[in-house]
Amino acid sequence: MAQSLDQPKESPSQTAGPYVHIGLTPNFCGIGGVYESDLGATMVNERTKGERIELRIRVLDGTGTPLKDALIEIWQADADGLYNSPAEMRGAADPNFQGWGRCPTDMETGLCIFETIKPGRVPFRDGRLMAPHITLWIVARGINLGLHTRLYFSDEEEANAEDPILARIEHRIRVPTLIAERRGNAYVFDVHLQGEKETVFFDS
Amino acid sequence: MAEPGSNRTPETGAFFQRDRQWHPPAFTPAYKSSVLRSPQKALLSFDNTLSELTGPVFGHAMIGERDNDLIHNFARPGESAIGERIIVHGRVLDERGVGIPGALLEFWQANAGGRYRHKKDGYLAPLDPNFGGCGRTITGEDGSYAFRTVRPGPYPWPNGPNDWRPAHIHFSLFGHGFAQRLITQMYFEGDPLIWRCPIVGGIRDKAAVEALIAALDMQSTIPMDALAYKFDIVLRGRRSTLFENRPEGN
Repeated sequence: MAQSLDQPKESPSQTAGPYVHIGLTPNFCGIGGVYESDLGATMVNERTKGERIELRIRVLDGTGTPLKDALIEIWQADADGLYNSPAEMRGAADPNFQGWGRCPTDMETGLCIFETIKPGRVPFRDGRLMAPHITLWIVARGINLGLHTRLYFSDEEEANAEDPILARIEHRIRVPTLIAERRGNAYVFDVHLQGEKETVFFDS
Repeated sequence: MAEPGSNRTPETGAFFQRDRQWHPPAFTPAYKSSVLRSPQKALLSFDNTLSELTGPVFGHAMIGERDNDLIHNFARPGESAIGERIIVHGRVLDERGVGIPGALLEFWQANAGGRYRHKKDGYLAPLDPNFGGCGRTITGEDGSYAFRTVRPGPYPWPNGPNDWRPAHIHFSLFGHGFAQRLITQMYFEGDPLIWRCPIVGGIRDKAAVEALIAALDMQSTIPMDALAYKFDIVLRGRRSTLFENRPEGN
């Protein structure tokens, strides 16, 4: 026997359930008057630097049916590739851009729309630049632990080709599951939870 | 950038790996909706980059006066929610046992009869006109938090033909890095439904289930007013950057 390391374990995750909106987007589900607005509903203002883009994201189950009770959060750098976070040591991020957004999937169509800006490139651990990307975190009824993935951009072919995370995907046929397709100033991205087109999810 | 008004040095070390044997796995077929919503391929593992090490931090200024009082934050003036009045309190810690200051907690729950204020909830137990079911708070310097609510009731759900959720409160937490993001549920000491629930049962280790059960805390009750439950929550800890000098932290 050795001494106990006596370290607490992370609290185990549980599903967000079908009524996640009550807690995280109460105004969206008709609970008005408690919070002025839903947290993360607006990401940009008129002073935010960068190219305005729209993300149109759906989450599909193993039969290809869109989830109508999921919730997506995104986290991204500003136009210069800086994060608005205390752990960002490289400089001050755009004060008009928090970098975080939250959107429930539409109860009829399953669509999440984020109005945001295209992020700049952020360095990998060894200093090489990663391709522009947005981190996604997805919770819903039936998902026991929030799923992490990334959205990359179809019009960043060169940067995507040298991205150190995309390079780690052994089965190259799966790389396109992380690349959103540009249509005008919108990017369309389907997250497949399961099956042949399953999105690459991260343990990081 | 350090938080305004804070003299803490921000931490930048990578987060400890998640123990996915301790968390419920994605595929837990007794919880039926996990069957088609669970990835089947292996996750892509890599040590945190800046995209996971950083995360949004919320200021106390966003919290309204009644955000941590579910008995009153939806009630008509002079009225209050019906049910067993309780205080839920505890600390948000990391896996090093250190309190996490400035952590945003959001919580939501059914009313005393087990009914959610949500158009998809068709349970015949009535809504309480004075109960909304949502609240939020931000931890203090030592990681502590508290809120006031009514104890939620159990409710039936369409999984097995006669499945009932134990009384529970949902919790959503932000630490300091996006990789710490966590949603979980708090259960109540002594509830016999806990050990029959397929959602709880997705967790394989009994000690992990027990980590989600709040203890009755008589020392924190308010006599003639409210009972109290203590619920500590642990988020991922992060490595120290001591003895490491690689670029971008460790």
